[in-house]
Amino acid sequence: MSLMERLNHKALRLGVPLSVHLDVTYRCNERCEHCYLEHDDHGEMTTSEIRSLLGQLEQSGVFFLAVSGGEPLVRRDCFEILEVARSLGFNVKLKTNAILIKEREARKLWSLGVEQVQISVYSDRPEVHDAITKVPGSLLRTMAAIRFLKGQGLKVTVANVLMKSNFQDSAGVRALAAELGAQFTLDPTITPMLDGDRSPLRLRIAANEVRSLFRDSNLVGDVDAFCAPPPPVDDETRGGFPCSAGHTACYISPYGDVYPCVQFPLPCGNVRKESFLNIWKNSSQLREVRSIRGKDLPTCSSCAHLGTCTRCPGLAYMEGNMRGPSSADCEKSFLRTGIFTAGMLARGVVPSANAHDLVQIDQRQTLHPA
Amino acid sequence: MNEKYIARSEKVAWRLLDGEMIIMSALDSTLFNLNTVATVIWQAADGRTPLSEIVRGLICEEFDVDPDVAYRDAEAFVNELASHRILMMSDKPVARSGDPDKP
Repeated sequence: MSLMERLNHKALRLGVPLSVHLDVTYRCNERCEHCYLEHDDHGEMTTSEIRSLLGQLEQSGVFFLAVSGGEPLVRRDCFEILEVARSLGFNVKLKTNAILIKEREARKLWSLGVEQVQISVYSDRPEVHDAITKVPGSLLRTMAAIRFLKGQGLKVTVANVLMKSNFQDSAGVRALAAELGAQFTLDPTITPMLDGDRSPLRLRIAANEVRSLFRDSNLVGDVDAFCAPPPPVDDETRGGFPCSAGHTACYISPYGDVYPCVQFPLPCGNVRKESFLNIWKNSSQLREVRSIRGKDLPTCSSCAHLGTCTRCPGLAYMEGNMRGPSSADCEKSFLRTGIFTAGMLARGVVPSANAHDLVQIDQRQTLHPA
Repeated sequence: MNEKYIARSEKVAWRLLDGEMIIMSALDSTLFNLNTVATVIWQAADGRTPLSEIVRGLICEEFDVDPDVAYRDAEAFVNELASHRILMMSDKPVARSGDPDKP
């Protein structure tokens, strides 16, 4: 077991929220077409409130702190927030579009000991990237920022969210990241907006494109092993829980709302009304999330993929039932292995060898809900 | 014997979890887990207190251990952490821009 796995096990055993994703604002200087946020400010936490919150998070044992938004750097006090976070010993990861980062900002991030900066890049072609962000010149500014950050010695991860409009540019982004000395991560997951609006799902890449990703050894390593049929489900899997959301991790919005995860908009409390630790320990919603085991999932407990599926309880929640299947993850399990999931069969998806047929059926069901 | 002064790097994150210190270096994202004795040394690494005093005043006081053995072990430990650049080591007190730790 790796040290990180041991740390996660220990945090789970102790009930410690090891990781927190904190959005300090929903405001943004880009208008990405797939974004799940609404960007008006409805009363963000003040600097003083965030200072107090960070102190509470430290006392609660939080170690990994992802500071994000919106675009966090549109807050004038963003560096002050980062400085406080670092002074409290957090491992800080900044998620940003980076277009406000010049040499001075890069130097400051380095001096603060920020561990990692994750930057969204959609394409290596300005016309494609800028069309997604709706900010002319944004790719050039983002690339310049990556160079400033790498020049300081910071670890930079280029995050490539895949959509229909930029799918073909993924290899170019990967090459660009390598050229800039940045790490590369790819994410084909497009989620509904936090308010439930499912319109961003129209941007999801097609099933045959997902399938091709799963068969790219540059991304998944051993393709045969990655796409192998799932092993038999054992008791340990049936007694396990799906992910860290609510167990060792949670999300806090700019308004102080606590959720199990940024992708799991189940309100659990607000740090303006009660302490973070009280919410973490006593929220009935978090207790419910923690109580759910594989065997408690009405559909998925009988699924052959139970032990290997990336089932997201937050996406399932947004589909109406946190104990239900997440159709996007059902699709992924099918496209990876060619074996239908219990969720797909329960929805009446007709087994077909043609993945493209499958996604057309599924799109009618998920993109245009009644 | 030359005195050794040790100070925590400003490029690390840390958290005390169930009596053991978790440390991650921002330089290379390496994760460290210190045992109870190493945690005491880490917490005392303020750049001003000589290592010999840390060993004598904290390790030998708290743990039943021979002072010479304790010092040798402590020296090996700080050398190891210094090689990973999560501790700074000097024969003079180490000036720091701030002391972020709150052991």
